[in-house]
Order: sequence, then C-alpha cells, then structure tokens
Amino acid sequence: MASNVPEKYKTLIKNNKRIDGRKLDELRPVKIEVGVVPSADGSAYIEIGNTKVLVAVHGPKEMFPRHMINEDRAVLNVRYAMLPFSTSERVRPGPSRRSNEISKVTRHALESVIFLEEFPAMGIDLTLDIIQADAGTRATAITAASVALAHAGIPMKGLVAATAIGKINDKLAVDLNGPEDNFGQTDMPIAMISTNKNITLLQMDGDFTKEEFKTSLEMAKKAIDPLFEAQRAALQKYYE
Amino acid sequence: MALLYQNRQYIRNNIAKKREDGRTNEQFRDITIETGIIGRAEGSARVKIGDTEIIAGVKTEIGKPYPDSPSEGVIMVNSEFSALASPDFENGPPREDSIELSRVVDRGIRESKTVDVEKLCIEKGEKVWMVFVDITIVNHDGNLIDAAGIGAITALLTAQLPKLNEDGTVEREEFEGNLPITQIPVPVTSGLINNTIITDMSKDETECSDARFTVTTIENENYCAMQKAGPSELTEEQMLKIADIAQKESKRIRAAIKTAVKKHKA
Repeated sequence: MASNVPEKYKTLIKNNKRIDGRKLDELRPVKIEVGVVPSADGSAYIEIGNTKVLVAVHGPKEMFPRHMINEDRAVLNVRYAMLPFSTSERVRPGPSRRSNEISKVTRHALESVIFLEEFPAMGIDLTLDIIQADAGTRATAITAASVALAHAGIPMKGLVAATAIGKINDKLAVDLNGPEDNFGQTDMPIAMISTNKNITLLQMDGDFTKEEFKTSLEMAKKAIDPLFEAQRAALQKYYE
Repeated sequence: MALLYQNRQYIRNNIAKKREDGRTNEQFRDITIETGIIGRAEGSARVKIGDTEIIAGVKTEIGKPYPDSPSEGVIMVNSEFSALASPDFENGPPREDSIELSRVVDRGIRESKTVDVEKLCIEKGEKVWMVFVDITIVNHDGNLIDAAGIGAITALLTAQLPKLNEDGTVEREEFEGNLPITQIPVPVTSGLINNTIITDMSKDETECSDARFTVTTIENENYCAMQKAGPSELTEEQMLKIADIAQKESKRIRAAIKTAVKKHKA
C-alpha cells in the first residue's frame, strides 16, 4: 500500500461501481480451458480479468528428491512462479521469498482435498506459471490448479477455488484488480472447498475490524460459487 | 526429532481432554521479554514462550529508496532457523518455514504501518534509513511466529537511530533519537488438533496439528495480518473463534511488551 496514490486511483468506488465497472460483490470475467499442455498429465489455463495463469500437473510419479519420500502418501510439490514478463517491472527469475511462501500456502490449500494416501511414496508435481499478473495471482492459480488436478485424474473430495476479499475506500469488495490491490486498504486471499465451503487458504494484510472479517468470510462464500461453476463447466466441456 | 507415531496418536486422542503440560486450550505458556541484550544492535530483545526462545536484533543502514516510494525508508524482517535451535533445523539457505515466519512477522509490522517510514527519509529519492529486523531461534519448542513477532516489535520499540555525521556517514554506537514507531502489532497463533482449537502450541503439539492460523492484532483491536497454514481445512466458525482468541490474548501480551519497553527506557 503505497502512500503516494496517483490521482486517478484515489477514488476506487463511484456510485457503487468500481474502476472497471464492476459491482462490489462481482468477480472479474473468468475463462478456464482444460488440457492446454498436451505432454502433462493434467493442465489448465485460466484468465480472471487480466491475470493469466498456466498450470500443469505431472504425476503421480516417482518421487524426487528421494529423501523426501513419504511411505504413507504422495507428496504434493508445488512451484509458483511469476514469469519475468508478467508485471510492469521485470521479475527476476528463480525462487524469491514471496514465491516460496506462496508455493507453501498453495500446497496447503490443495492438500486437504486430494486423496494423497492413494499414492504412497509417489510425487505429484504442480507447476503454476503466472504469465500475466493483475492481482489475485495465487487465488487464480489455485482455481486453475484444482482443475488441472482433476484433469490429471487425481482423486479429490472436491474442487478448490479461490478469490480475494478486500477493502477499498472503506468498503468491502470481491476479487481486487491491480490498482485496487495496490491502492486499497486490505487484501484477503481466500480458498474454499466446493463441497462444504471450508477454508483451505486465508491470508490477510491491511486492516479489518472483527465485523469486517466476519462479513468478508460471508461475502467470499457467496462470491466463490461462479468460480466452482466455471471449473465444472471447463471440465465438462473438455470431456464432451 | 519427529514424534513417534504412538506419541502423536496419544496427544491427538487426548487433546480434547487435556494438554501434555496441563494448560487449558487457550492458555499461553509464560512469556518473558528482555530488552537491550545486544549492545552492538540498535535495538534488541529476547523473548521466551515456555521453552521457546528467540533473539531479535535491529540494525540500520543508509540506502537508496525504492523508485516507487522515493520518500520512504525501508523496513525488512528476516529470520534464521539456526541448526543450534532444534535437531529439525539444518544449516544452509533459508527454508520454507523460516521464509514464511519472516513474511508473516514482516506483514504484521508493515501492514499496520508500525514504522513511520516517511520519517526515515534523509534525502528524497537518494538516501533513506533501511531498518533490518533479524530474528534467530535459540530454542524451538513451538509457536515460533508469536515469539518472533513479539521479539521484532520489542526490538523496534527499543531501537535508536545512529548519529548521522555532517558528511553523511553513520557514526556507529552513537545515537540520536528513537525509531518512529506508531503501533504494537501482536501475532497470536492457534492450531487445530483433532478438531480442537489449541493456542500457543508446543513443538510436539505443532507436529500433531492439522492446521494453524495466525492473527495479528493492533491496539484498536483491528486485525492487520492473518495467515492460515497447514494441510487441513478450517471452518468459518473456527477461524472466527481463533481471531477472537487473538484479539483477547494480544491485549495482555501488548501490555507485557509495553512494560518491558518502559523498564528499558527508565
């Protein structure tokens, strides 16, 4: 949250409309495509607004490195990366503190739905490449990852989708875009399971009262439904 | 050292009835906060939560501001899980867990605007103070994030800015003024063990836990940072409950931090 907010982003909400014309509880347009990487076991491409992500699943396969093998279950290896050309300032390739942390929380966001115990001692590699970033990259990647895992035929108890609830100009809003994320007050990425709406990822930075936090969780529960529908529709279309 | 399967099952099966060390579910272990323990550092603190112990130190340097914030100083939190603190830690580049800890503590401080970074500007676009908070784990018995968060803010509250010479160089170990600190963010972490919410988990409890949720609260009781981790899901109710506990416990911890800082300055 920079303190020097450009003039055009000082007002992020006008007449209950956001700078891109959306209502406060409206997601950006979603497009999901399945099977975009033929050599992978599962893959998906997703666009949410201007955020574009490619996801591939390789596995279940032999686990590398071998010392990381878990004899009871498969290990989910997640690698999240913002590609160098994905933002206005070039991103230095290779892992960063940020990407390491996001890989970890993304793994946790997905592990609880996958029947990892079906594949003892094996590994499932999940690669998330952000090819264009306009806020919500981890959420967008998680929504696509769940589709790619389903496409790879990996058994899961439900799909996981993610979005963000934020606070801009003192109002709660769904699925922040780039300027809203940069110049808003709060950002809370959240992932939920399709079957019970339990939460598998939640991070927050900014400022929330207790009431706002509660309302945000309720908003997320409602706002996330179109994402589950888009996931199902994309999978259905692929197999038709 | 990983817990034996039997011990893990024992803790998990009994957690709803009793914790290993007899605490109630939401009860913290004793917290001790010491200040001014590293004379060479601009500010420092040692925090113990039960057998968990960390040291936080603040160092400052003069650097160039980021291009998108030319009149703001820089604050950075970093942590190291030294191999001396636990048989589970290995030497080498920082791993996922220490990176996560650094970033969670960092966000708590950054997002609450704890450090007034504009006051750290020396010459717009050219020279600003860069404030580094480095945290090292001395002994790992769980709940490292809370210990690190308490240590980081205590070290910042007691930190002084080095004297700046006329020629722009830094006079080490001579100081002029405190760091501009506006907030006291306090992280409180609870976990879920076999569907029971447990606050301030020991290392053994952490190993048995399914998920954890860190909520950082500022003085006006608002939340400034949150982080859910661990492979298991949490329900909405569980999250709200954990956020409530954080709000409550952070008050007491903040008071302890203030007392330690007051004693330091007296």
